[in-house]
Amino acid sequence: MISRVRAWLEERIGLSQITGFLSHKTVPVHRYSYWYFLGGITLFLFMVQVGTGMLLLLYYRPTSNEAFESVQYIVTQVRFGWLVRSIHSWSANLMVATAMAHMFSVLFLGAYRKPRELTWVSGMVLLFLILGFGFSGYLLPWNTLAYFATKVGTDMVKQLPVIGHPIMVFLRGGEEVSGATLTRFFGFHVALLPGITTLLIGVHLAFIQRQGMSVPRRIDAEWTADPSKRREMRFFPNFFLREAIAWYIGLAVLGALAAFFPWELGSKADPFAPAPAGIKPEWYFLSVFQTLKLIPPRLWKIDGELAGIFIFGALAAIWTLLPFLEGEAGKRRRLVTVVGILAIVFIAGMTLYAYYAK
Amino acid sequence: MRTTRNNLSPRVAGALRAAAFAVLLCAASAWAQEKPAAPPPAKKNSCVECHSVLDGPLQVTPEMAAQDIHASKGIDCAACHGGDPTADDDSAMSKAKGFKGKPKRSDIPQLCASCHSNGEYMRKYNPSLRTDQLAQYRTSVHGKKLKAGDDKVAVCSDCHTPHTILPANDPRSKVNALNVVSTCGSCHADAARMKPYGIPTDQVAGYNVSVHHEALTVRGDMSAPTCVTCHGNHGAAPPGLSSVENVCANCHVFQGQLFDGSPHKQPFAAAGLPGCVTCHSNHKIVRPSDAMLGSGPQSVCSNCHTGDDAGMKQAIAMKSGLERLHQKIDQADELLERAERSGMEVSQAKLVQAQARAALTKARVSVHSFGAAGMKADIESGLKLAEDDLHAGEQAMAERDYRRKGLGIAVVLILLTIAGLFLFIRQLERR
Repeated sequence: MISRVRAWLEERIGLSQITGFLSHKTVPVHRYSYWYFLGGITLFLFMVQVGTGMLLLLYYRPTSNEAFESVQYIVTQVRFGWLVRSIHSWSANLMVATAMAHMFSVLFLGAYRKPRELTWVSGMVLLFLILGFGFSGYLLPWNTLAYFATKVGTDMVKQLPVIGHPIMVFLRGGEEVSGATLTRFFGFHVALLPGITTLLIGVHLAFIQRQGMSVPRRIDAEWTADPSKRREMRFFPNFFLREAIAWYIGLAVLGALAAFFPWELGSKADPFAPAPAGIKPEWYFLSVFQTLKLIPPRLWKIDGELAGIFIFGALAAIWTLLPFLEGEAGKRRRLVTVVGILAIVFIAGMTLYAYYAK
Repeated sequence: MRTTRNNLSPRVAGALRAAAFAVLLCAASAWAQEKPAAPPPAKKNSCVECHSVLDGPLQVTPEMAAQDIHASKGIDCAACHGGDPTADDDSAMSKAKGFKGKPKRSDIPQLCASCHSNGEYMRKYNPSLRTDQLAQYRTSVHGKKLKAGDDKVAVCSDCHTPHTILPANDPRSKVNALNVVSTCGSCHADAARMKPYGIPTDQVAGYNVSVHHEALTVRGDMSAPTCVTCHGNHGAAPPGLSSVENVCANCHVFQGQLFDGSPHKQPFAAAGLPGCVTCHSNHKIVRPSDAMLGSGPQSVCSNCHTGDDAGMKQAIAMKSGLERLHQKIDQADELLERAERSGMEVSQAKLVQAQARAALTKARVSVHSFGAAGMKADIESGLKLAEDDLHAGEQAMAERDYRRKGLGIAVVLILLTIAGLFLFIRQLERR
């Protein structure tokens, strides 16, 4: 029976070519190999997002009158709706965390260097898209925290000279955060961002396939000096099965988080109510939020918040273009490592500060 | 090198022209900036000029005059005191110019009323202001005593001040809701001053611990009752035995209606008991509690009823109904809180809890029908809502346990799969 199915597939899609390709593809084995799993886990969480997102779409209604009630219905009335919604929310947060960890692991292992510049750039864009998913999805339950966080977030855009106000109006669908904003964010969240992200994941994976897994420079030097030390494993099934174990662990963590800490729904957004005291964005925006709060209102002769936005924009651009700025043969390698460590310390410090600040 | 007719190079000449233009621009912009408007020339007021340096009640400073509602409308000192404020010399206070000096206390109500009772005149300044203050005053205890020759009683200027009269809605005004209790208390809490009248002086002290005072000062409810709400302002007088209930019922409408139809109405009237005040006191109206019912140490029922009479049985039944509902609501609250802390979505049940609490409040209002039957419907509806919420809480906790058991099974299955994969990989790599 199996052989007949195999023959049927062979005739139509050339199965032996695919399995042959997979069995010949190898993954380097060394003391840092476990970092390779982070990209795969991020991909797994993205797939969880797509799956749970499609299930939520069966009941979710993207209007300011119905959004909150529809999510309330999902978590209270729909069978396993609470599980789907909680896993969607937790998975989104874990995906941001694993994507960031993946980015820093690539940075510290030097995997962004020539000839993998485009892999790095596409990965950075994917990270920004994931943050965009977080920002747009946060508003969809239309609860108080989400409403005011979106108001604060879109207000920041307004600070940009000339283009700030038109962009803010485009994002909000008007001057204020309203039902029009919700509909727009829903469109971004379920159509625009998934489309671009899926395409870019394909490109990112194609680049990885084209270049192969990067081997850290020091390991590569050791292997060149003593070729007998070089170790590899087959991508399929050896690496693939290990990755599957990592995905299963991810699934168990998601289930535990959903069962023990179901994602809160909060209270329905009231645009006429005053903003709750001490309102903060999601944890992955906390460091930027806290830094902007600490910048004085005037910095030299320009608005402090505007200066902050420009600084963060410039840093994001420099980070994205890092492989092109590092120079030939990684002359600034040590500087990049130090800056990477400082960035982690800064992000963690500012996040904790914002979390505990009143 | 090309030069201008002043022998300057074109570059130097251009720079000079630019500098001259900049200077002109700066001068023009400085000129164009709005100058602070010069204050209008103050109308001469020799009264304030002299009285500002005097002490005590004779002192009227320009600041005081500036706040005064009359002065702000252009009504000067001469309107009440006569004379000529524009004159610099003693002629300002000459009889020839109509100077009247300080009005007698007994004349003050009539003096103020010469404008304030004139509807046509008052309409020009404040069409919504009442013009019956004098008529009201004459019905008041103050007005009656003044007419009888007692000029120590309150007249207009005692409450409104003589020279810094502010609208009642101004928080600085002595008759504003926030200040009127201390204004009344300045006389009524003064034991020496009240001694000749033989009336108590503990009203302010009682009010200050009352639920009404708490509503006004803690919750900031400006509609909360003060002295004038129950006693009237210009027509201030005790509400009177037969009308106490009507006064309270202005705000506590349902309680008033229920009392009117209750078995207490006739006996209270016959015994000369002042309605609401009998159980709730007058000034020291503390927050009512269920303990006021029944036969406990804080019971007010036991002031009249004894342990075995029908009234006490009703009181005990009413208290028991309220306590049962209260306990059930607390029980449901506690369970729903636990469910919520466990991450369960119980907002619908919490909304119903608010309805159960509303039923409890209604039942407490129904106490004023003074019969357990009158409360039955509210108690039963409240008990049903709280019971439903309790059930919702139990279901939420059962759902939480079900989720955790489901997770346990799923984790075991995942761990078995991981173990299987691990063994499979080992076997695969041994080959």
